[in-house]
Amino acid sequence: MQPSAHSGLAVAATPAQLAVVDAALARLRDLPGALLPIFHAIQDELGFVPTDSLPRIAEALNLSRAEVHGVLTFYHDFRTSPPAPTVVKLCRAEACQAVGCRSLEAHLHQAHGAAMGSTTHCGALTLEPVYCLGNCALGPSALVDGKLVARLTTQRLDAIVAAAKQKAAAPGGRS
Amino acid sequence: MYSNKVLDHGTKAQESATQVTLQIDGSNVTVPAGTSLMRAAVDKGVKIPKLCATDSLDAFGSCRLCIVEVEGRRGFPASCTTPCENGMKVKTQSKKLAELRRGVMELYISDHPLDCLTCPANGNCELQDMAGVTGLREVRYGYDGENHLTGEKDTSNPYFTFDATKCIVCSRCVRACEEIQGTFALTVQGRGFDSKIAPGPTDFMSSECVSCGACVQACPTATLMEKSIYDQGQPDHAVVTTCAYCGVGCAFRAEMKGNEVVRMVPHKDGKANHGHSCVKGRFAFGYATHKDRLKTPMIRRKITDPWQEVSWEEAFAYAASEIQRIQKQYGRTSVGGITSSRCTNEETFLVQKLVRAAFGNNNVDTCARVCHSPTGYGLKQTLGESAGTQDFDSVDHTDCIIVIGANPTDGHPVFASRMKRRLRGRPGTEGAGLIVIDPRRIDLVRTPHVEAEFHLQLKPGANVAVLNALAHVIVTEGLAKEDYIAQRCDVGEYAKWRTFIALPKNSPEALENDTGVPAAQIRGAARLFASAPNGAIYYGLGVTEHSQGSTTVMAIANLAMVTGNIGRTGVGVNPLRGQNNVQGSCDMGSFPHELPGYRHVSDASTRALFQAAWGRPIDSEPGLRIPNMFDAAVDGSFKALYVQGEDIAQSDPDTQHVQKALEALECLIVQDIFLNETAKYAHVLLPGSSFLEKDGTFTNAERRISPVRKVMPPLAGLADWEVTVAFAAALGYQMPYSHPSEIMDEIARLTPTFTGVSYAKLDKLGSIQWPCNAGAPDGTPVMHENEFVRGKGRFFITEFLATEERTSRKFPLILTTGRILSQYNVGAQTRRTENKVWHDQDVLEIHPHDAELRGIKHGELVALHSRKGDTALRAVVTERMQPGVVYTTFHHPESGVNVVTTENSDWATNCPEYKVTAVQVTAHAKKSEWQKDYESFSSSQEGFLPGTATRGETN
Repeated sequence: MQPSAHSGLAVAATPAQLAVVDAALARLRDLPGALLPIFHAIQDELGFVPTDSLPRIAEALNLSRAEVHGVLTFYHDFRTSPPAPTVVKLCRAEACQAVGCRSLEAHLHQAHGAAMGSTTHCGALTLEPVYCLGNCALGPSALVDGKLVARLTTQRLDAIVAAAKQKAAAPGGRS
Repeated sequence: MYSNKVLDHGTKAQESATQVTLQIDGSNVTVPAGTSLMRAAVDKGVKIPKLCATDSLDAFGSCRLCIVEVEGRRGFPASCTTPCENGMKVKTQSKKLAELRRGVMELYISDHPLDCLTCPANGNCELQDMAGVTGLREVRYGYDGENHLTGEKDTSNPYFTFDATKCIVCSRCVRACEEIQGTFALTVQGRGFDSKIAPGPTDFMSSECVSCGACVQACPTATLMEKSIYDQGQPDHAVVTTCAYCGVGCAFRAEMKGNEVVRMVPHKDGKANHGHSCVKGRFAFGYATHKDRLKTPMIRRKITDPWQEVSWEEAFAYAASEIQRIQKQYGRTSVGGITSSRCTNEETFLVQKLVRAAFGNNNVDTCARVCHSPTGYGLKQTLGESAGTQDFDSVDHTDCIIVIGANPTDGHPVFASRMKRRLRGRPGTEGAGLIVIDPRRIDLVRTPHVEAEFHLQLKPGANVAVLNALAHVIVTEGLAKEDYIAQRCDVGEYAKWRTFIALPKNSPEALENDTGVPAAQIRGAARLFASAPNGAIYYGLGVTEHSQGSTTVMAIANLAMVTGNIGRTGVGVNPLRGQNNVQGSCDMGSFPHELPGYRHVSDASTRALFQAAWGRPIDSEPGLRIPNMFDAAVDGSFKALYVQGEDIAQSDPDTQHVQKALEALECLIVQDIFLNETAKYAHVLLPGSSFLEKDGTFTNAERRISPVRKVMPPLAGLADWEVTVAFAAALGYQMPYSHPSEIMDEIARLTPTFTGVSYAKLDKLGSIQWPCNAGAPDGTPVMHENEFVRGKGRFFITEFLATEERTSRKFPLILTTGRILSQYNVGAQTRRTENKVWHDQDVLEIHPHDAELRGIKHGELVALHSRKGDTALRAVVTERMQPGVVYTTFHHPESGVNVVTTENSDWATNCPEYKVTAVQVTAHAKKSEWQKDYESFSSSQEGFLPGTATRGETN
């Protein structure tokens, strides 16, 4: 099954997180089709869209909470719970599959406990799928915290996990 | 879903001046342009398989079952989304189509629980039907793949269940919630194989769902299913009848097994509701068989005595002997009656006939006294007829709507959905403009996809000031429709009114202090309304229940006339009537000064007509109004009262005065389905019958007379009309009717606006909007089309006078009252249904500022004091309110809201000023003395009922 935004456990938002939501609403609510830009703005800052923010978003845009929920859950890119400090989006499109991305996925699961859509045992890295990064000639590819990496191997993945652990242990934790 | 015996055309009917002709399966069919192939086929008697289409919704084209072949075109278009074109040749059946459809069904069924025999939809399931129609015989994929068969049922709503395992995600429910109800409470969550219908990130009960039933109605499977079907199984027959709740008057199919109602389903052909419903009519009918129903007549000498069960004959004999004794002792006018706005036209007609002919006086009144009497007065004076000018469908053609003193989404939900649809507009078209005039921020001010251009949040009591200011702007800015006025209205009166309204004192700026509304907003709203091609005004009790209620109604009529907005579709003055038959009870001569058809009792020719028909003299003097009856009872000149189906002890203002009056009566005869608050003061209890137990008619807010049909025998043996007939006979006055249709025939004979009405015509047409007579044999959807009923429309000068009920240091806040969606009026019916889960007590809404000032916290019990009395309610702190104004409802008797309201009333009609009471609210309350007295009185009265008698005696 595909991971989806609603599969994560909802986490109560902090006042600071809701302030981020309110700021995004104040900035973007008057755009035509403001809902997606608002989701993006919130996720860019918080790493996820808190479920608690849905009534605020709905109220600001004069939509129902159900509609906002429907749009949020439609897009796999949006999360409703915070990810680990490092997010790896591993390409699962045809070209990357042809050069072994499935075995990389299996490696992350077996060696580090991160099934697709979940977080490593150490809590440092969340693995998500993506379908084609336009980098097919250099696959398998992934986005590591938004940065494109190519020609992935199990060794390089282990290094990414190690770096993620360091980052998680560093003061401030998540970027 | 509808019973599969009800024909589904698949897509909506289209209106078009152009007709197109095409061939379907070899035969020609002609339909209006824009009609779908699917609907055209159904017109021809050809059913095309379908799942995601139903004729209440826009075509969607997702299920791929309704594919057809069109000659000369590639592929297999969906017949629901393909419009008919001239010369098309369509095949609905072919080998290829059959294969494709079977393949689609195979996929659906590969992920569906195969428990048809134990499924609640068994025997009435569109999915089952389609499996049959497509000839599905095997599922080659097996059933072991990924599926949705392990989902949990959501049973949180008290009336229906959501079982995701049966869902085919056709989205009919989501679209029904959006297109029909306009709440947008459902969505498709996730995507692809994960797609699931969800009421947001929560269960149904905690969601935005208002339990209108539109989703349940639209569901083609058992996914959204009434719990009553789970419990009782599928119905086997249905009777079309009319809902007994609000003034919308929705038509319903009572779906039955034997004489047991299994469910109430909105009737697609109902002209008031077009197949839509609300939580009350759709689901809250269980009160009709509630254990509290009175089933035996009872009498007692004193209200401190226990009740004694007697036969009907004994009850009538006792009641009649008391009336006769009292009239002998205190005079002919010492007795009276109150007709019910919940009973049928026929029953109401009989009660006023009994009072006028058998009691021999005009002491008859109705609960319209306390709700819409100013409507009757104000519209009669200005336009010439005491009724709204439009049908509900008219709202589809409106360009700007004013809603004043009404809360349609709570009070008239089915019409509100219609209005919201017009406010949203069709895809690609503009919706109508909206101006809300209300002290409280009602839902309509801002609700998903609807937002008022202006919310004139006035101070309670300032309606006339706001309406005058709006008219002032229109007149002084040259926005008046002078041509229309010159042609349709009394120009002399207009000139006088014009001079008055143009006075500087009526400008929005001058009135700003009184209205509390910024002048610029009023100017903006006036321009918006006056510049709309079609402007319509909808109003409710927030207009009438004021000391200037009648003035406000006349100001509304003035505003409609000055903008040329009466006499065609899309415009008009539309009172939203509270109870199911308020319009009817008024039409039927329930007022002390008017015989049926609003003809004054002082008119000798009208009296002569009735005297000849009824064989008794009719008093030429108007009788007592309800508040006069109370005053006269307290004074000792009024001694006996016959009340049919109204709970004056709970619904009328200044409860303690009402209680005193009722205690002073020597004989109170109450006819009701429950031991209501009034019945606790009664000497004779005559069990009433619910709307399911009798034949008759109700007349809704659009003057629509709709049939009420008996689906089960009266629980107590007699229908209400039979009770009145027998009571009259005991008084020595014979009214020998064998069926309510004969009563309607008499009404038609005696009332010029009803001469064309008969049960036969109602059966033929479904419903009729009066006037229905030689000039309008099929009724009148829109009134005053060529000229006003009174000839020329008359402008009245509407001087704003502030109410005498003012805030003071002692009572610094204004209390205003209203309704909520789940409860109805005094709550006697809805409190005895599962609707209580939404509103188990009345609460006091208060602005955060006022709450903070008083140290009041959300949810705590607070005391509410006025010069009339005290009560205690739980506080709800909300910004819906403006500072200085608090709000509550009166659905629960123990709330004692009317202990607080005052004796102030409308200058013309005595309609009580429920909407303005100066109050104080204080924190840390206990129950008030009145509430404690009420509890002990009420429990001792309940103990007096047989069966609880032992408890009563030990008290």
